[in-house]
Amino acid sequence: MAKIFAVIIVLIAIASAIPIVMHMWPMPQDISVHGHLIDDQYADTMLEAGISFLASQFLLAFFIWKFSSPKAGDKVKSFPGGAKGMVAAAFLLVGTEALALGVFGTKAWASVYFTPPSANAIPVQVQAGQFAFYFRYPGPDGTFGPIHADQISEANANFYGLDTTNDQDSKDDIVAAEMAIPVNREIHLLMHSKDVGHSFYVPELRVQQDFVPGLDVSIHFTATKIGKYEIVCTQLCGLGHYNMKAYLEVKSQEDYDSWIKQQAALQ
Amino acid sequence: MHDMSAHAVQHGAPTSFIRNHVFSTDHKVIGKQYYALALVAALVGMLLSWLMRLHLGFATFPIPGLHLLSSTGAPGDVMTPEYYLQLMTMHGTIMVFFVLTTAPFAAFGNFFLPIQTGAEDMPFPHFNMMSFWVTFAAFVPLIASFFTGTGPTLGGWTQYAPLSAIGDVGGPGQGLGVILWATSICLFCIGQLLGALNFITTTLDMRCKGMSLMRLPLTAWGWFITSVMGLTAFAVLMPACILLILDHVAGTSFFVPANLVINDHVLPHTGGSTLLWQHLFWFFGHPEVYIAIVPGMGIVSHVLITNMRKPMLSHRVLIYSMAALAALSYMVYGHHMFVSGMNPVSSLVFSFPTLVITIPSTIIVLIWLGSLYGAKLRINSASLFALGFISMFISGGVSGFFLAQPSIDIMLHATYFVVGHFHLVMGVAAMFGIFAGTYFWFPKMTGRMMNETLGKVHFVMSFIGAYCIFMPFHYLGIAGNVRRYQAFTDDYLIPLIPVHKFITIAALFTGLAQLIFLYNLIHSRFKGELAPNDNPWEGTSLEWSTATPPPHNNFGDKMPVVYHDPYQYSVEGASSDYIMQTSTEKVSSPDEEK
Repeated sequence: MAKIFAVIIVLIAIASAIPIVMHMWPMPQDISVHGHLIDDQYADTMLEAGISFLASQFLLAFFIWKFSSPKAGDKVKSFPGGAKGMVAAAFLLVGTEALALGVFGTKAWASVYFTPPSANAIPVQVQAGQFAFYFRYPGPDGTFGPIHADQISEANANFYGLDTTNDQDSKDDIVAAEMAIPVNREIHLLMHSKDVGHSFYVPELRVQQDFVPGLDVSIHFTATKIGKYEIVCTQLCGLGHYNMKAYLEVKSQEDYDSWIKQQAALQ
Repeated sequence: MHDMSAHAVQHGAPTSFIRNHVFSTDHKVIGKQYYALALVAALVGMLLSWLMRLHLGFATFPIPGLHLLSSTGAPGDVMTPEYYLQLMTMHGTIMVFFVLTTAPFAAFGNFFLPIQTGAEDMPFPHFNMMSFWVTFAAFVPLIASFFTGTGPTLGGWTQYAPLSAIGDVGGPGQGLGVILWATSICLFCIGQLLGALNFITTTLDMRCKGMSLMRLPLTAWGWFITSVMGLTAFAVLMPACILLILDHVAGTSFFVPANLVINDHVLPHTGGSTLLWQHLFWFFGHPEVYIAIVPGMGIVSHVLITNMRKPMLSHRVLIYSMAALAALSYMVYGHHMFVSGMNPVSSLVFSFPTLVITIPSTIIVLIWLGSLYGAKLRINSASLFALGFISMFISGGVSGFFLAQPSIDIMLHATYFVVGHFHLVMGVAAMFGIFAGTYFWFPKMTGRMMNETLGKVHFVMSFIGAYCIFMPFHYLGIAGNVRRYQAFTDDYLIPLIPVHKFITIAALFTGLAQLIFLYNLIHSRFKGELAPNDNPWEGTSLEWSTATPPPHNNFGDKMPVVYHDPYQYSVEGASSDYIMQTSTEKVSSPDEEK
């Protein structure tokens, strides 16, 4: 029984590693400027975690195999080095590994969160509500008009509660149900929740950020590849959570310019 | 070390059925009651997971009879999106609170902590009785919420505000369902606080003569450390749930900010903070992970030592490592909130202790592995589950490396990677701890043995099955598969559906193994082979010195006196390969703690 169990452990450990090594279900392609930092960090962690996983499982299996059928008269033995060796190994190996990952990981995190968006980043506002995203562009004046919660009306398609009669800044705001951005231009995304908690997740962009109702947060990123990608909600927001999504279209500058003109005409 | 046995609680054996089996103050009866509650809860939780998995794997496939559970939630026996979320929320809540907290800590701890410390009972037996019945009372509103008009809450076991705090406008079950949920958790906290007080005082004040703290078995240390965590963690969750209830019934806005708009109406709340709920919840939530797993570590160590016929490489280092886990568990909770919108500097601050906590975890695993070296390992159902625990803890532990780093968490947060991680490390591992404890202590608790063949079949099926379920979760997460979705309609998720089908089949297979366990448990309880003696596994700690099952005051006429460390196995020159703690045999063991 013990030997069968040891073999099962080894087989499971190998079978678990195969999909990772073979990239059977890989991360979605990276289309962002900062994404490679996250991907490198992930790859380093996978290497270290993978070695730790396989080594520990193999050792466990080996000891179960070797020490489960003692012969009469066998004496128990102590591991050379004892507990002190184990503690030292844990501090040295895992401590160093943790410290290294921590320090290098900071770089990737800082690239996303500790650098302010550049002055020429394009501001886009995203509003999340049960169960749709709406996107707003400030128009030629470069300024978003204020949101009036009491004027928000799905029925009248006034998703942002804009008062275009009285608010000068709102008059040229462009509201769309999909998000289009030009390639290789930094986007400053301002995130506003209309009702409950939601999240903005575009796996290809290596971006995930929760909306905080009552507190507008912002992130910035640059997409490097033209294409159509899904924006999905990852924060449980109610019964339609699974279906809350929108599309992000990364376009060439010319296509983006004509798209924004087209949208402005539709307002 | 001091002799507190003179202060032990004296209460005569009750004579009526009610005081004996229902409102009993005997810690052993209370332990069994907790076990029974956890068993019922585990069956409900598992049934819910089957329903969820069937829906995820085969979305349009009707589940015969499901409409009987809820005609609105499953018209035509096919689950609605909201009903999936309601079942998911209840699965998480029931499993985390009523199984993983209740069974390894409250059930086994109640039964064995006083015996292992050499006490006649806990110091506050009436509090102890209350602790169980309040916990039972907590289970009632949770189950009752299935039968209210709009059903249970759909907000997930984490109940993030403001979805949880705005009432029915948030969705089905978000009104009465949340109030019942929060009431249940409040009551549960009270039960755990009463239990924790008893556990702490039993460990500190009720030890018999000769039982120094370092002579306590690792199980007792696991329960003691857990009870200290419980005392502080549940004391935060309880007021948080009270505030949540007030937001529903008293017009307060602790967790709801101003100007939220639902169905084109501005909600009347103003001034609350949604992140406040997350901070309060996770300040409880992360220690809770260790509340679920540390008793299992104690049980696994105890079971392994007995079956290895040798002590751990170091008793003290294991205890210090478990205590370090507990201390650090309060400093890492923010890693659940890396992308929550809190200050990104906080994320780095919380990331560091999260990486550091891998050090005591690694020490514990290395001590287990190092102790296996040179052992005379006995393979039985209990030791198999203990070894399985180590394998699961390693697998679930290494994925923690990814999630501890805020930058990688950007990709993996709220995906199946997280679900795979916590199911392996605190779900399956803790369950394996419970199984190891059950097979190991069953003869002491009932006087009968469990069937070993069925036990081994149960183990092999569970071990393979659990890996087949939870390893693929990691792959799904890496591919960006978001959790808490009732169907996968996104273009990039559709190719992953076959993996979900495989997981569903694996979940049904693994669940089947648990039915074998259930049969074995019930059959052995009444018809199992009688335990050959009071100490069938040749153990050394105090539970094996007393009668089977133990008498009302645990030790009969003579209170035990302890002369040895808890794990004197294979000591050179001793008359047998184990020396019980109560043995007066004089041996010079190099391991003996001074």
